[in-house]
Amino acid sequence: MSTSVARARWIGFQTIILRECGRILRIWGQTIVPSAVTAALYFVIFGTLIGRRIGQMDGVDYMQYIAPGLIMMAVITNAYANVSSSFFGAKFQRFLEEISVSPLPDWLVVLGYVGGGVLRGLLVGLVVTIISLVFTHLPVHHVLVIFAAVLLTAVVFSLAGFINGVFAKNFDQVNWIPTFILTPLTYFGGVFYSINLLPPWAQSLSHANPVLHMVNAFRYGFLGRSDVDVVLAFAIMVGAAVALFGIALTLMRRGTGLRD
Amino acid sequence: MQALEVRNLVKQYRNGVQALKGIDLNVAQGDFFALLGPNGAGKSTLIGICTSLVNKTSGSLRVFGHDLDTELEAAKACIGVVPQELNLNQFETCETIVVNQAGFYGIPRRLAHERAEKYLNQLSLWDKRHKMARTLSGGMKRRLMIARALMHEPRLLILDEPTAGVDIEIRRSMWDFLRGLNEGGTTIILTTHYLEEAETLCRNIAIIDRGRIAEADRMDRLLLKLHTESFVLSVRAPLAAAPTVAGYEVRWIDPHTLEVEISKTQTLNDVFSQLTASGIEVVSMRNKVNRLEEIFMRLVDKSGSPA
Ligand SMILES: Nc1ncnc2c1ncn2[C@@H]1O[C@H](COP(=O)(O)OP(=O)(O)O)[C@@H](O)[C@H]1O
Ligand SMILES: [Mg+2]
Repeated sequence: MSTSVARARWIGFQTIILRECGRILRIWGQTIVPSAVTAALYFVIFGTLIGRRIGQMDGVDYMQYIAPGLIMMAVITNAYANVSSSFFGAKFQRFLEEISVSPLPDWLVVLGYVGGGVLRGLLVGLVVTIISLVFTHLPVHHVLVIFAAVLLTAVVFSLAGFINGVFAKNFDQVNWIPTFILTPLTYFGGVFYSINLLPPWAQSLSHANPVLHMVNAFRYGFLGRSDVDVVLAFAIMVGAAVALFGIALTLMRRGTGLRD
Repeated sequence: MQALEVRNLVKQYRNGVQALKGIDLNVAQGDFFALLGPNGAGKSTLIGICTSLVNKTSGSLRVFGHDLDTELEAAKACIGVVPQELNLNQFETCETIVVNQAGFYGIPRRLAHERAEKYLNQLSLWDKRHKMARTLSGGMKRRLMIARALMHEPRLLILDEPTAGVDIEIRRSMWDFLRGLNEGGTTIILTTHYLEEAETLCRNIAIIDRGRIAEADRMDRLLLKLHTESFVLSVRAPLAAAPTVAGYEVRWIDPHTLEVEISKTQTLNDVFSQLTASGIEVVSMRNKVNRLEEIFMRLVDKSGSPA
């Protein structure tokens, strides 16, 4: 591949990322504020009011225990929502055609949209982190684990959102998965409790939930404790990212939901 | 070099509609080419396939020698397209839209801004550069789509009914603009269902009807064919060959049948008097159906008369 092609692709990729950033900032009331408000409410209600009764969870202060989970919840929700709604919107309003007619290869289009989702996930995650620091303090046990876990999680859910955006035929189908699949998975994914509190069958069931592994790996980075094997957790995240990228690319190549 | 070569292109949509039934088409570099046909003829489908927005069923396409199956990126880089349906991000400003489009084609940002100024100016949109697309009038949106298609300075510009629903004045200034662009070396393919538009602008034309190319020729020759009527004459005495009739083309079909072509400026009287002078007696005469004219009748019926 010649350097001029590589440079052209790089500019194209940057353009998608810049456009996504522009969108996130332009409609910040929809992209950034809701998750910040939700997280603050969780901290007030679960942390301050109910948390005082709970005391400790897995040997740490309850507020501290839920903080990594709430950050992760924001990252998951926002990465997913950004890509699914932005991609679907581009398809719906047809301006995705601007990219489809250009020489940008499919894999780069996927990466561009995923990049946008990752950036929003991380941005909102940072906002929620700052809010959580108002209520509690967070030790840093292993900084690399923190960054790797949050990044991989954002990538996985951006890719999932991309696939949702490809298949969606209307806005209901963009909202369906987050409401009926993503939210339950995160609520049962060890954000608010350690699965050691659960009966054995529910513990085994929880291990099938990828979000449990992501949240625990992330929490391990801060608090040094986890309900799951952290190495296994990373293997699951990498595996999911690779598989979802493969699916997204195949859909793009076939033009599923995009070309007649 | 051909700007576009289409070979045996077939498109069947999932619902079973066969929109293209084996299209062959050549558009030379530098040409100003019209693709004319009634609604539903398959124009947009053909353009969709050329621009990778529609999957083909079978056949092959080359753009400046780049096969779409094997050198897709190189082919795409040569094409700029103005689609029939609006496909603008309604919440982006004119300038953002064209600069981003340049970005997707790999054009550095600084150069993209220079070109944005150039093309938005040429299409009288520069003072609207900070306005969102949704605030523009229909004609302005269409011009914005033209500016957007030019940002990577494509060698081949394809416009799908660019003047549909645009008022006369703007249509004429669009024509002037496109003519200038073509004189500057850009190959242009235009679909339309206005014969006048094709006639004013284009050197070559293909007529597409029900998924087939009905006719592809130089514009002037096509107009001649269109304005020519064929008559079938039955003669009493058998003839061994076509008689000479000065100024007319007479074809011998069989010993009792001749065919003659009459353009709208000529008269049948003239033909008859010459035949009478040669001692040929015509018993009866009928009009041969002009396939082109029949297609044009349908063009006019569906689209109303052009401006
Ligand atoms: N997405 C589609 N799905 C199914 N049929 C289609 C689709 N698009 C166009 N067609 C059909 O294909 C034929 C050609 O349409 P089109 O290419 O839009 O014609 P034109 O642009 O010449 O008006 C028509 O019969 C039309 O109904
Ligand atoms: Mg059309």
